[in-house]
Amino acid sequence: MEQGILLSADNIDFMIHGVFSYELFGQTVWITTTHVCVFIVLLLLIGFAIAANRAMKHASEVPTGFQNVVELIVEMLDGMVGSTMGKNAPGFLNYIGTIFIFILVSNLSGLLGLRPPTADYGVTLPLGVMTFTLITFNKFKYQKVKGVIEGLCNPWPFWAPINIIGDVAVPISLSLRLFANVLSGTVMMALIYGLLSKIAIIWPAVLHVYFDMFSGAIQTYVFCMLTMTYISDAMTTE
Amino acid sequence: MEFNTNFILGCSAIGAGLAVIAGIGPGIGQGIAAGHAAAAVGRNPGAKSDITSTMLLGQAVAETTGLYGLLVAMLLLFVKPLV
Repeated sequence: MEQGILLSADNIDFMIHGVFSYELFGQTVWITTTHVCVFIVLLLLIGFAIAANRAMKHASEVPTGFQNVVELIVEMLDGMVGSTMGKNAPGFLNYIGTIFIFILVSNLSGLLGLRPPTADYGVTLPLGVMTFTLITFNKFKYQKVKGVIEGLCNPWPFWAPINIIGDVAVPISLSLRLFANVLSGTVMMALIYGLLSKIAIIWPAVLHVYFDMFSGAIQTYVFCMLTMTYISDAMTTE
Repeated sequence: MEFNTNFILGCSAIGAGLAVIAGIGPGIGQGIAAGHAAAAVGRNPGAKSDITSTMLLGQAVAETTGLYGLLVAMLLLFVKPLV
């Protein structure tokens, strides 16, 4: 590449890198940057959980400081799950709250200079599969085997393969939506820092606000909202 | 062999460009959603926060098809499945 050129494609970097590898049963297993970033996010969340636990043990009637923050978060999650799932909310508060906080912190970790873990399909697919498992489990629990078969044979029995494809598409579309959104943000930021490295001073902060914070928060909300809607759908008995 | 690889890479780049045309659809859809949301706020300004959150949810879901196009482009450019 020529020196002094504004656009140079040398240092664009948004791929997942291997940190080190080891042999397991004849397979090479790579520990990648995603693992490291997930670990950092987990440490952050565990630290916050321990601090919150400490704060709530000495909880006062009138909340102050850190207790206020914890109560605000819990009340927000309560309100979100309660308004969508109605009477089924108590059973799913923990699950939805956990994935909400995990995805939100993962998406926002781009601000800390990490590669967001959710920009790896290996992280979002398990989230989608967990949702799919919950949907299927609750379908069988509430609609019984007869109801599930009736649902598959709706409107006609030969329509069943289409319905099965529709069911399997749910986790794939859920996980791909989250993955592609975060990935597009990561790629855009990598392009700006890589191509415009000479003039990328301070102003990319505005783009960080959009790509990392706004987009990440919206996608977190959408993922949890759709998960709740699908589970509520599975729990309705005709 | 060398020519062949370069030819495939060039065609992959063209394919990636074509795949990103998928962005037209979500653009139109999100515009329609935003327009109707604006009309709804005009009709009932009290429900502004509800309308905004519903609009954002709908737009984020509508965005999915465009992102599939982006994913195909990314796969063609960086994973190079055809080479």
